[in-house]
This record gives sequence, structure tokens and C-alpha cells, in this order.
Amino acid sequence: MFEQIAFYFFSVATIVLFLITAFSKNVLYAMSALAAGMVMISGFFFLLGADFLGAVQLVVYVGAVMALYAFGMMFFDATKDVKEKNASTTLVVLLGGSVALLLTLIFIAPILGANIEASYPPLEGATNPQSVGLILFTKYLIPFEVAALMLLVAMIAGIILAGKKMDISLTDIEEDIAISEEEEMILDEKDGEK
Amino acid sequence: MIGLNHYLIISGLLFAIGLMGVVRRKNLLMLFFSTEIMLNAANIALAAAGHFYNDLSGQMFAFFVIAIAASEVAVGLGLLILIYKKNGTLDLDDLATMKG
Repeated sequence: MFEQIAFYFFSVATIVLFLITAFSKNVLYAMSALAAGMVMISGFFFLLGADFLGAVQLVVYVGAVMALYAFGMMFFDATKDVKEKNASTTLVVLLGGSVALLLTLIFIAPILGANIEASYPPLEGATNPQSVGLILFTKYLIPFEVAALMLLVAMIAGIILAGKKMDISLTDIEEDIAISEEEEMILDEKDGEK
Repeated sequence: MIGLNHYLIISGLLFAIGLMGVVRRKNLLMLFFSTEIMLNAANIALAAAGHFYNDLSGQMFAFFVIAIAASEVAVGLGLLILIYKKNGTLDLDDLATMKG
């Protein structure tokens, strides 16, 4: 009973919050809704008995990723509404829905008739984090190390990409671009005279 | 009783919302948000399948998806900052510089 109530509550909450994220014009609203949606998603994980995954979801997504987005937004002007030239909404809904359906069919079709057996069942009497740790550091050790290397590469890439020319203020750049466009127009006029 | 199909349906709905966002959005930052929605929808499906087949592999794959999402955000935000420094905007249409 309580499981059903929790499931439907989390479902409605995630769908509403992610709809706000996907269709809001304001970056700040979209980001806050996304962060709240992530918290609700971790509720699904706790319902499914994946306690450690839920905790990781809260720490990594809500803690790290959304904080990174919040810091990134400080570089961009987040207060003004995003102006977008949108195609018709019905076309978008139709395309998005049909592609999602197609992807689901592609991935479900091969395994629909297959008899799936559990290869790594959770250990008897062990809590979820214990069995997760045991499987992760025995059966999935190489993917784990590769993921660690990938995170290191991503960290270096992030530092190099974002750290370049950090001494220049981003708010001055729009003026610089406007000035350079004016210069280009003057140059074009000179070319025309020739 | 809540079964596997309930979770798969909610995951499909969230994935469709994310895909609609990706198709619709012209702002790069908003596009990133939509990809995060899609990754989370896939995570729900993985965790649910793992739970109902009594298998831990689903949770493992969800962990690796989270790790990939974290590195994607780190690199992606660096690139976004570079694009903003270069163009002064994050609009996708302004990146179409190869028009003949």
C-alpha cells in the first residue's frame, strides 16, 4: 500500500519536474526543477532496494553535477529568458515520442523471448552496500578502474578547457564582439569602395 | 502491486520527455539538462530490471552511467564556456557557420 503511494507520488513528481526542465524558458527554473527531479529519482532507487545507488544519486547528481551546473551558470547570463526559435510543438512531441518508442522496441525485441537468469544475485544476509561492494570489486573491477581513469581524464579536460583565459571577464566579451562586428562592417564598406 | 512494467513505463515516459527536450531545445545549456533527464530515465529502468530479476548487474550499470554522466558534464561545461567566450551566446543556430 505504502509502496504504491510512494511510487505514484514519485512518478507524478518526476514527470512534472522534468516537464518544467524540458519546456521552461528560464535557465534558473529549469535547473532547480532538474535538481528536485534528481532527488525524486533517488526515491525510486530506495523503493527498489538499491540503497547505495540512491545515496550515490543524491551525492553525485544533486551534490556534484547540479553544483557544477550552478557554477557554470555563473559564466552565462541566467536572469534573462532564453529566446529560442522553436519548430511546431506537435512535430516535436510526435518525433520525440516515436523515437523513444522505437528505441524501446529495438532494445526489448531481442530479450523478450529470452529466458533471463540472474548472473550476480545479491548475497544472502548482506545489506545492499555490502553486496554492491563485493560485486563491484570482484566482477566489475576492470570497468571500475576504466571509469576512474575516465573521470581523471574528464577532470583534466575540464580544467584545461574552462581554465584557459580565466583572467578575462566574460561580461566584457559581449562588448568586444559587438565592437569587432562594427569593425568588420567598416572593413566591408572599405572593400566595397575598392 | 507495483511490478517491473510500472517502472519501465515511468522510465519510458521520462526518456520521452528528455528526448522531446533534446529535439526542441536550441540553447546548449538546456540541451545538456535534457540529456541528464534521459540518463536518469535509463538508470531507473536498469535498477528496476535488476531488482525484479534479483540481479545486481543492473545497479552496477547504473553506477557506470552516473560516472559517465559526471565526466560528460565536466567536459561539456568546459566546452560550453569556450563557446560562450568565442560567440557570446549559447544558441545552436549561431554555431552553423559552415553555410555556403
